[in-house]
Amino acid sequence: MRFARYLFSRLATYFLVIWIGMTIVFFVPRFLPSDPVTAALGRVMSSGSTMRPEQVQAMRSTLMQLYGLEGTLPEQYVNFMKRAIFAGSFGPSLAFYPTPVNALIAKSLPWTLFLLLTSTVIAWVIGNLIGLLAGYQSDKTYSKLLEGFAVFLYPIPYYILALVLIILFVYVIPIFPVSFSVQGTPLSPEFISRAIFNSVLPALSIIVGASGWWVLSMKALSAGIAEEDYVSFARLKGVGEPTIMGRYVMRNAVLPQITQLALNIGTIFNGALITEILFGYPGLGTLAYTAVVQSDYNLLMGTISIGIIAVATAALVVDLLYPLFDPRIEYR
Amino acid sequence: MLRLRDIKAYYQTPGAVVKAVDGVTLDVGENEILGIAGESGCGKSTLLKVLYGSLEPPLKIVAGKVEAELKNERGKPVTLGPREIRKHWWRFISYIPQGSMSVLNPVVRIEQQFLDAVSRKQQFTNKREIHERISSYLKELQLSIEVLNAYPHQLSGGMRQRVLVALGTFLHPEIVLADEPTTALDVVTQKGVLLMLAQAREQMKNSLVIVSHDIGLHYQIAHRIAIMYNGKIVEVGPTERVFEMPLHPYTQMLIQSLPRVGDHKHRQGISGRPPSLIDPPAGCRFAARCPFVMDSCREEMPPLLEIEPDHFVACYLHREPIQPGKGVR
Amino acid sequence: MVKLNARLKTGGVLLLLFVVVGVILPRFSPYDPRSWNAVPRNLPPSQAHWLGTTSVGQDTFWLLTFAVQNSLFVGVVVAFFATTIGVFAGLVGGFLGSAIDRGLTLLMDVFISVPSLPILILVASLLQGKTSLLTISLVLIIFNWPWPARQVRSIALSMRERDFINTARFSGSGTLSIVVREIFPYVLTWSLANFVNTVLVAIATESGLAVIGLSSVEQATLGTMIYWGLQYQALLAHRWWWIGTPVIAIILLFIALFLASTGFADFSAERRGRKRA
Repeated sequence: MRFARYLFSRLATYFLVIWIGMTIVFFVPRFLPSDPVTAALGRVMSSGSTMRPEQVQAMRSTLMQLYGLEGTLPEQYVNFMKRAIFAGSFGPSLAFYPTPVNALIAKSLPWTLFLLLTSTVIAWVIGNLIGLLAGYQSDKTYSKLLEGFAVFLYPIPYYILALVLIILFVYVIPIFPVSFSVQGTPLSPEFISRAIFNSVLPALSIIVGASGWWVLSMKALSAGIAEEDYVSFARLKGVGEPTIMGRYVMRNAVLPQITQLALNIGTIFNGALITEILFGYPGLGTLAYTAVVQSDYNLLMGTISIGIIAVATAALVVDLLYPLFDPRIEYR
Repeated sequence: MLRLRDIKAYYQTPGAVVKAVDGVTLDVGENEILGIAGESGCGKSTLLKVLYGSLEPPLKIVAGKVEAELKNERGKPVTLGPREIRKHWWRFISYIPQGSMSVLNPVVRIEQQFLDAVSRKQQFTNKREIHERISSYLKELQLSIEVLNAYPHQLSGGMRQRVLVALGTFLHPEIVLADEPTTALDVVTQKGVLLMLAQAREQMKNSLVIVSHDIGLHYQIAHRIAIMYNGKIVEVGPTERVFEMPLHPYTQMLIQSLPRVGDHKHRQGISGRPPSLIDPPAGCRFAARCPFVMDSCREEMPPLLEIEPDHFVACYLHREPIQPGKGVR
Repeated sequence: MVKLNARLKTGGVLLLLFVVVGVILPRFSPYDPRSWNAVPRNLPPSQAHWLGTTSVGQDTFWLLTFAVQNSLFVGVVVAFFATTIGVFAGLVGGFLGSAIDRGLTLLMDVFISVPSLPILILVASLLQGKTSLLTISLVLIIFNWPWPARQVRSIALSMRERDFINTARFSGSGTLSIVVREIFPYVLTWSLANFVNTVLVAIATESGLAVIGLSSVEQATLGTMIYWGLQYQALLAHRWWWIGTPVIAIILLFIALFLASTGFADFSAERRGRKRA
């Protein structure tokens, strides 16, 4: 019963966050001194075509409809939400008219999920393992070295790492291509291997950038737990060091790290976006960038909303999985 | 089975050296319950660690000998030093710690914590066998088997202590060391745990060393009692004799402080505090608080002498063995 | 003489260096960072131009000083307001509890869960190049106050229960003096560590935006330096001094900020431990 209550309140927060997030996305453009319709019209007219007033008017109302700018503000809001929630749609893309935004997102989202999920998980696992080793015997030299290394890497933003990696492995030692390119039929072995090869540098930027935090926090946690009474007692029982490190220290130290993962997903997503753009990686990030450059209003709203939903969902999943690891939380 | 000869075990920290055990000579024999009594900070927990061979820095044996005598696979007696005792932990000698609150891994089930103690011992290879063995042992001790599936936070304090007793004895070691097994428990639970300890020992016919500041506990259960003060043993002997005729002034005061049914006399606490373990005085440690103190007490530490059969005391009040029938001098 | 730990010392020294470069040096710059073609283009480092020149005719070194200045400015402004608002909100929520706390917590959860970068991209794209550093700072403040708020709130919550508060109350001290004497020093040190950390986050986010061209690109910040370098193919042309300078500067600055913030946290924890001992 307890779990049902926890689930309910957690889901409530989840939906609330998404709703408020999308509301922000909706209102931000309307509070800024920008009028995309005029801007779009301006672009069309400056490209040299002359139009009669009625044509301009017609175009204006078409654009207004496409941008969802018809009617009063409350009406716009309701329409926007209705369309998004019930139809699951963000309208047609303007840069790639008439392809619906959803289709574009559907193509890009898997790439982002692939990159983000694998990199985050790898970084978390490797970071925690290294942190565990470093923290378990915190007075040894190798532990201090590992910590120093993490201290050096952690503050560096992912895109800086991306740039450094690009400089090193694209220009100085040309192993990887300058921009992302994958050919072939989707999901054929050749496609997959090319995809993985091209994803190495972006993934590496995220992995190296994200693992620093896990190393440092896990080190502190394991060093603290290694001092606990139940660890000393385990030793007195004659339990072997590897078992102590795994079952006694790691199982306890990893719990806060799971919670932290849920909290950090947003930050990792931020960094991943820019990394994607730098590498021309065909995910949500590059799609959003295209939307920005092409002033594709609908596409922009769509990608950002999906981004928010993706982050919130990932955090929710991690949060809900937590009781599986900590028996002290009343689950059943 | 365990022999300590003038053992000095100190905690060597950068700030100071704590002389927790400062010249202790003690024997633990077969099939007996030895109680080690003393106030907080007298070094009895450290003594237990020395007996167990658990010498993690900064704890170090600075002088003296620790020897354990056990029989190897072929039945021949071998003598082991503290470092070798390690290999026989839990099978030959076990340790039941103080403070059952935080001593069990909070995220692992009880049964697994039993199994962890067995893992490196080659006696059982079959998990089922071990499970059977543990279950039947718990039944003998009248502990519900459901405990095995539980997590530590689901058990009450008394239950946890009982689980620890079971954990420490299920491999039937020849010596069991218990550090304050009843502290922080209510009186009723205390009795339960004590009975369980005594019963287990009865069945296994092994030796039990109990450390406790509770004299009453020792009176109830120990065959022999050793009184420890400020890093040294001041009196040791059969429990009944020590209670009937305490020789050391400190022992006398400890026993006097026990409430007795029907006795309405005002209880006296012992005034003063023990001297520091970092900078102990020359001479008898109890000199500052002793009502019978003499000049010689302050000059040199009195040696441990056998005043009557098996009853030793380190006090200048008793310089010679008692002649039977003549009483104390 | 107070003994500072190694991290704090290293971080502090590096930060001081950056302050010198960012605050003092720009006054001596013979060039205006916004003017192009002030000097010959694409020169490698030399006596006249310590870090060479850029493809748009700027002296890299003096450009760097302004970039550091602007980046630090954004960082400090955001950190100051975000920390102040955050600490205030955390204290209010933690101590007053009930509906106010629930409302504030919800706000905190929202702004932590919603990633800031997409919103920033949205804002920047809508302003189409008229994005000012001030606007970016404002959005960053809105998204960063929850982090210190959360921390301070949990401190406030735990303090409410802590024994020594009740002891002090029972012994007659007024609630205000309790707050001031016991809680404030603790909160203050955490706020300082949070402040430095927020500087880091703010500069990182702004440069992230800048690198993809969505910050105020006429202004010189560490991020915009990289942006212009990328725009002018500094990578392809192997003009390492132009793009390498801001990259290395960012790396050093962030390491300095991180060392300073954790060094300070360790330092104050030690002091508190020693004071109580």
